[in-house]
Amino acid sequence: MTSDLINVQMESMPSNLPCRRLRVGAVDWCRRAAKLRAGAALLLTIWGADDRDRDGRYRVFAAFLDRDQITVLEHAMDAGAHPTYPSFVEFFPAAARMERAVFDLLGISSTHPDHRGWLRHAGWPKSVFPLRRDADAAQQFAAETEPYAFVQVEGDGVHEIPVGPVHAGIIEPGNFRFSVVGEKVLRLEARLGYTHKGIAKRFESLSLHEGHRLAARISGDSAAAYAWAYCAALEAATQAACPPRAVHLRALALEHERIANHLGDLGALGNDAGFAFGLTHFSRLKEDLLRVNQSIFGARYLMDFIVPGGVAADLSPHAPKRLRAFYASLEEDVASLRGIYENHAGVQDRFRGTGTLTAATAQMLGALGLAARASGIPQDLRATHPWPPYPEIGVAAITQSAGDVAARVALRLDEIFASLGLCRALLDKLPAGEIHAGIPSAAPGTLALGVIEGWRGPVAIALETGPHGGIRRCHAHDPSWQNWPLLEHAILGNIVPDFPLINKSFNLSYSGHDG
Amino acid sequence: MNGIAFVWQFLEVVLAIALAPLFTGWIAQCRAWMQNRSAPPLLQPYRMLRKLFHKEAVLAEHASPLLRAAPYALFGAMVLAAAIIPSFVTDLPFARAADAIALIGLFATARVCQALAAMDIGSAFGTMGARREMMIGFLAEPAILMVFFNAFLLFGTTALTGVVDNYASHPSVVDPSVIFAAIGFVMVLLAENARIPIDNPATHLELTMIHEAMVLEYSGRHLALIEWAASLKLFNYACIGIALFLPWGIAIHGAGLGHVLFALAALIVKLAVCGAALALIESLSAKLRLFRAPEFLAMAFLIAVLGLLVHLLMGANTSA
Repeated sequence: MTSDLINVQMESMPSNLPCRRLRVGAVDWCRRAAKLRAGAALLLTIWGADDRDRDGRYRVFAAFLDRDQITVLEHAMDAGAHPTYPSFVEFFPAAARMERAVFDLLGISSTHPDHRGWLRHAGWPKSVFPLRRDADAAQQFAAETEPYAFVQVEGDGVHEIPVGPVHAGIIEPGNFRFSVVGEKVLRLEARLGYTHKGIAKRFESLSLHEGHRLAARISGDSAAAYAWAYCAALEAATQAACPPRAVHLRALALEHERIANHLGDLGALGNDAGFAFGLTHFSRLKEDLLRVNQSIFGARYLMDFIVPGGVAADLSPHAPKRLRAFYASLEEDVASLRGIYENHAGVQDRFRGTGTLTAATAQMLGALGLAARASGIPQDLRATHPWPPYPEIGVAAITQSAGDVAARVALRLDEIFASLGLCRALLDKLPAGEIHAGIPSAAPGTLALGVIEGWRGPVAIALETGPHGGIRRCHAHDPSWQNWPLLEHAILGNIVPDFPLINKSFNLSYSGHDG
Repeated sequence: MNGIAFVWQFLEVVLAIALAPLFTGWIAQCRAWMQNRSAPPLLQPYRMLRKLFHKEAVLAEHASPLLRAAPYALFGAMVLAAAIIPSFVTDLPFARAADAIALIGLFATARVCQALAAMDIGSAFGTMGARREMMIGFLAEPAILMVFFNAFLLFGTTALTGVVDNYASHPSVVDPSVIFAAIGFVMVLLAENARIPIDNPATHLELTMIHEAMVLEYSGRHLALIEWAASLKLFNYACIGIALFLPWGIAIHGAGLGHVLFALAALIVKLAVCGAALALIESLSAKLRLFRAPEFLAMAFLIAVLGLLVHLLMGANTSA
């Protein structure tokens, strides 16, 4: 403990959750990580920053979800030819891809031996690091191909099936390499990063007051979660207070987003099992909800409803009554569709025992959100680390224990009913008053963290303010980073044609992951 | 046989080629209705064919002539099959050339052509589809043979036209074995024509595909021929089913023009009903896990064998 006190500077960090920031050296970087792992903390995100203009150093940050707070480790390294920091993949396996991404963007490498590019692909040369302050965002590079060494499986009758990144349907690009014997999957390795858009770089050319719009567009299905995370970070950095009515409306929007995504996924899961009836009906319910969103919040997918300092639109006086009537009919329809899914032998045969992710594997890999809860891990920030208005409403983390596709389906159904309950509670307790407050100007160089439990899991945004109301650095993190590797474990021992179903049951974000 | 028989033969084949896409469109329409969706236009398959015929056919660089020839072979096989199956007349000169067992051989030939073409350029999906198709095929063939044996035993001939003719001359023959054979036949029809619960013709998920995986490499006129051949195959299977299990109204040897026109109307009504029934089966079921497909087809085989047993036992009873 004494050495900690000598070597570590600890301070509280602005965030919507209790958060502390520890500046550590290379040795403590790993020791702290080991200690956090021993305490069953979860890795939230890793990001880097180029501070050479300020003090001639690069920095790497790692945020962890500890039992009662968020711990952010910060490690600065001198800008030599090869700035390096110790890897903690051995404690947090999910860190592997994040460390590779940090290298691709900033050129600071971890000591982990896997140096294959992750986000870069052939979009820019190996010697260019686009997130460095001296990199020109407008620069164009000729496309060049670069080999990528997938891990080979050898043995009698083993062969590879490369799938993607261009698929037969119009879906997002991901490259999946299956090693199979017959139809049985021995190994799956995913390669992502095809939709890297340079969002982090784009943030740096925006002002603090327009960043929420870009944040909402990082992963369109989580627009409310991202926008709220951004606004939470900005409000924490500027110590602005969001009016209570706006806080309730934000939560209402977040729950609507959760329900809409769950409805869409339930339909798609039925369709992937060859049961098109489910797709038609869940799609209809989702569409109904999106239309309600349009009339209540002014946006089908809740884009730009959550703004810094509050929300963009207030509920009309008769909206609560309309919403309650809508919730009642939705609840009834979902209940009857649940009955159809659960009593359909063919659908249940496809769902049960397919793509099982055990609790032990989920725990080891640091699973987040919905995927973790379906494997029996009660990871839900609304329940474990509630931020306003959730302490007032009271949320219980819902879990399923089986960890298979059926569990993820059942969890989605459970969560729809729970979210409808939360929506009703939010409407009951909706305070009167303003829906928007001004944002004071921010002191340059303030680093703040916004963490919001989206429908997929915790969405995090780390925001550093710059001079003249600009953004110095903004790092957005999607829970898909932690959950994509889960898929590679859930598929093991299953057959190739069941992969799309298993993939859909996780429904992870390509865009949010690739940034 | 007389000259008119050749006219019927010609009309019968042209009708099959022309109506097959309509039948596919009708099933799609029924499926959409049953799933509470608004349906695509009935003539959508024709538009699709027209579009594909107008598009450029792109072939892989290292494709062998096999890849190019397979669509024609496939389409040819299905047209030939249509010439053998009595859909509304039995006075078919071609039908003498091949009986129902040869018909199965014809379907098998088409299957082998397609599977070889799918493996031709060595893409992972083509090979995967071919492998799965052959697995389904070698399980479906014994089952369909058993179904045919039911009819052969009942009517004492292996020619489909003969079955229909004999049925017309002994309309009182109602044998319970026919019900078993019909159930087995519908199961084989679903498997052979890439329908749910074995395959999903509407899927975009390349890893789950069977038939679609084999044709992923095709485009333009080649794809059009393959799509058309697939429609024809379904149409042929439906006509086999009608000839075996619902032969009422088919114009037998020596029937006049009036009777043939009536048979034509009956065929269209029967196809409409069969199409709706197929759509209902597809809407009610989910796709089976791939390794349940053998169980499904083994069940079809077993049901057809039960039909045979029932027939033999009943026959033993009557003679005793």
